[in-house]
Amino acid sequence: MDKLIFKVRNLKKVYNNKIVLDVDNLNFQEGKIYAIVGPNGSGKTTLLNILNLLEKPDEGQIFFYNQEITNKSNSDTLEIRRRMTLVNQDPLLFHSTVYDNIAYGLKIRSIPSKVQKNRIRSALNIVGLSSFKDRKANQLSGGEAQRVVIARALVIEPEVLFLDEPTANIDQKHMDVVERIIKKIKKEIKTTVIFSTHDLSQAYRLADEVISLLDGRN
Amino acid sequence: MDFIFEGIQKAFQLILTSDSEIFNIVLLSLKVSLIAVILASLLGVYLGFLMAVKDYWGKRFSVSLVNTLLALPTVVIGLIVYSLISRRGPLGVFGLLYTPSAMIIGQFILAVPIIIALTHSAIQGIDKRVRNTALTLGATEAQSAWMVIKEARYAVLAAVITGFGRVIAEVGAAMMLGGNIKGSTRVMTTAIALETTKGEFGFAIALGIILLFVAFSINILLHYFQSKRV
Repeated sequence: MDKLIFKVRNLKKVYNNKIVLDVDNLNFQEGKIYAIVGPNGSGKTTLLNILNLLEKPDEGQIFFYNQEITNKSNSDTLEIRRRMTLVNQDPLLFHSTVYDNIAYGLKIRSIPSKVQKNRIRSALNIVGLSSFKDRKANQLSGGEAQRVVIARALVIEPEVLFLDEPTANIDQKHMDVVERIIKKIKKEIKTTVIFSTHDLSQAYRLADEVISLLDGRN
Repeated sequence: MDFIFEGIQKAFQLILTSDSEIFNIVLLSLKVSLIAVILASLLGVYLGFLMAVKDYWGKRFSVSLVNTLLALPTVVIGLIVYSLISRRGPLGVFGLLYTPSAMIIGQFILAVPIIIALTHSAIQGIDKRVRNTALTLGATEAQSAWMVIKEARYAVLAAVITGFGRVIAEVGAAMMLGGNIKGSTRVMTTAIALETTKGEFGFAIALGIILLFVAFSINILLHYFQSKRV
């Protein structure tokens, strides 16, 4: 049987007295692609942020490989947080080159620059932007930027990759490219991918399992 | 009128022959102001950053306070520091009065609010997603803070350069705290003030030209960094 990477139990998040997330039971298996589908404001981003340990839930528990991670100290969460990464819906590139952007996650992990070079090359390969490494980040189109942020996430070799609405802000052509990249990630790197989308057909096109969220409930 | 032209002529002679007294005065000016600004930057950039990103009690008051301190007259800084470090003052035992250290303290106090205020607005102008993006990529809180400062690097550098421009050109604190002692605490501004009253226009004009040149270079640098501001 496949290993469970995430187990979520009775998760609740409240903002300004309003329940934005109320999930009883969710399981995520290692190496699969999951789509979280729901309209805007249904709690998709909040769920991804909580799983990525960027936000704390108000109630409930999350298990990462059967280890409870909900109420850990900061130094422990950093260690776990570094095994996953999230690409935001409206991603930001730092004001530097494509190469330096992708190198950031490796630099803060003190990975030797020789290793960095190789990993950056293969990450750019996966997103099909091998010739872009010396480009300035602010000269990229929206679709290219989206592919660079995916490369920046992949270079870390995360065990889980969260993508928040990865195709919401880009044109049709780049949408196809990004979808192909997601399939490639599963096939070639076997990283678990959890992405959110409001496009049901996209969810079924890409995901092994589709989780729907409506008003914070699944 | 002749004395002005003679003064200018003498000034160029002094500059072109790199007169040793002028050279030493310029060197001391640069040394005192650079040390003051480096120390002020360490504190000012840090505080300006905190003021921009942290929520704390009295935040609005502290912003107003810093903005008020931008208008702090240099003679008032001189007065305050003088009363602290003069023989009878609480820090009198250190014998700081009329030393370059005293001038550094005065210029430090002058530069800190400038650097805080400009860093504060530089950091406020940085996209909130920078910190978040750094965190998603596995940064610690400190690493994400550093990334925010790095993104604001040109504006922060401009803050530091503005601070330097302010302190190298000030005369009140340098005069009151340094005492304008020849060979020890005489800097460009205090020397100009003295030589002018002595009627040594050549010497004063020579220093004036160098000071203007420094100010001009600072502005070129500032303009360069502001144009890179993104």
